[in-house]
Amino acid sequence: MAVNVRIPTILRTYTGGRSEVQAEGATLAEVIADLEKNHTGIAARVLDDQGKLRRFVNVYVNDDDVRFEQGLETATPAGAGVSIIPAVAGGC
Amino acid sequence: MRRKGLASMAVQNAASAATVDLGPASGLSCRECGEVFPLGPIFACELCFGPLEVAYELPTGDPEALRKQIEAGPANIWRYAPLLPVPADVAEKPNLNPGWTKLVQADNLAREIGVAPGKLFVKDDSGNPTHSFKDRVVAQAIEAARAFGFTTLSCSSTGNLAGAVGAAAARAGFRSCVFIPHDLEQGKVVMAGVYGGELVAIEGNYDDVNRFCSELIGDPLGEGWGFVNVNLRPYYGEGSKTLAYEICEQLGWVIPDQLVIPIASGSQLTKIDKGLQELIKLGLVEDKPYKIFGAQAEGCSPVSVAFKAGHDVVRPQKPNTIAKSLAIGNPADGPYVLDIARRTGGAVEDVDDEQVVDAIKLLARTEGIFAETAGGVTLGVTRKLVKDGLIDPNLTTVVLNTGDGLKTLDAVADTSQATATIRPSLDAFRDAGLAV
Repeated sequence: MAVNVRIPTILRTYTGGRSEVQAEGATLAEVIADLEKNHTGIAARVLDDQGKLRRFVNVYVNDDDVRFEQGLETATPAGAGVSIIPAVAGGC
Repeated sequence: MRRKGLASMAVQNAASAATVDLGPASGLSCRECGEVFPLGPIFACELCFGPLEVAYELPTGDPEALRKQIEAGPANIWRYAPLLPVPADVAEKPNLNPGWTKLVQADNLAREIGVAPGKLFVKDDSGNPTHSFKDRVVAQAIEAARAFGFTTLSCSSTGNLAGAVGAAAARAGFRSCVFIPHDLEQGKVVMAGVYGGELVAIEGNYDDVNRFCSELIGDPLGEGWGFVNVNLRPYYGEGSKTLAYEICEQLGWVIPDQLVIPIASGSQLTKIDKGLQELIKLGLVEDKPYKIFGAQAEGCSPVSVAFKAGHDVVRPQKPNTIAKSLAIGNPADGPYVLDIARRTGGAVEDVDDEQVVDAIKLLARTEGIFAETAGGVTLGVTRKLVKDGLIDPNLTTVVLNTGDGLKTLDAVADTSQATATIRPSLDAFRDAGLAV
């Protein structure tokens, strides 16, 4: 169940500067747990103290915002693209 | 503590942080956790993803001297240069010099909606160079882009911003490439494309466009690009403070009792509050209570829904409203809007599309101001809040009209047709009952 995860600039210190990494997991929660195994510290940047997605983080599985899906339980099928994006862009 | 890691990485290939001259701007701080970063083209906190804001070393000393200096300044936003992230000689650089728009005492409108005479004002930002308030924020972003050595100016836009970026880039000598949703009103497409830059329609809604731009900024493909509302967002947002400065100065250096402000991402509302707080801190206005009200369209009302439910978290929505310039389903500053509305004793309210159109026509009919749909949302909400008793009709209220109705003609086209069609003869004129 490997997926491709796009890493935003502010998290690339955890991935050795790479903008895209592979991770395993059938759900977003599992993918984040697998990211943490290989890139220690990254989960705490994306999740808050209660283990929920931080307020200012948007995560997309393929083109779907997980907030409109099942949040951390959103399925991540093999080959899916997962994008982690700061939510503070845009608008006025 | 001042972090250097990623902020330093971010300014590589741009001007070094040490050479950046943005006037009184001293750095960036995270609105969420308070972490401090050096000035640079970064917009999100590396610790918590929170939004970064410009921190200042504001002028100290005699408020009266500062007030006189401002009053002697140019009739545009640069009169407030000492309070903005811009170099002192900003007025000499090529830009569109936006701002110092009219504050209209709207007595006819006041009578219609039940507000006391002399107490209702419309801040009409349709008078800006590209006919919306976006010229204010883009002017700030241009200065940051210059400071950081960018050569391409870009944005994600629901229309107004695309035009403002295209125009400002043309004047300032930048290349521009702006991204819009594919289904924008034709008028806004024309107004964005006429300035000669690249205009790219994205197959999706605004949130899709925004996501794409956020991804592009983190990719080598976006190298050298200044996205006014992404990597330049902290500086860009400061332009909205000038609305607060102007309103207070135009009222005689007084803070209005009540302000009604539209919400797209919520940035404008939060920055107007920031501007008012700065004026108080500087001693330019008397410290007094004020209420801030946020306005949304029912078809895109995530902040209003959260406010009414008593929530701190804003649940995103899929937008469906004629007020496309406010159609941001996942508003970045939504939580802060909630904080400000609650702190000041204000509220967040929404109106449906029919009420938006009614409000546009009401403002046009009573004051001769043709507002775009966002202005209709703001006035529609004002009307509703007066009726519901949340806005005090005997206190000073300022309503923002953020853009020109010519940008959203479709909204009123069906209901603004010829009122009579007659033959060119005096008999026909008489028969039509048009004579007084």
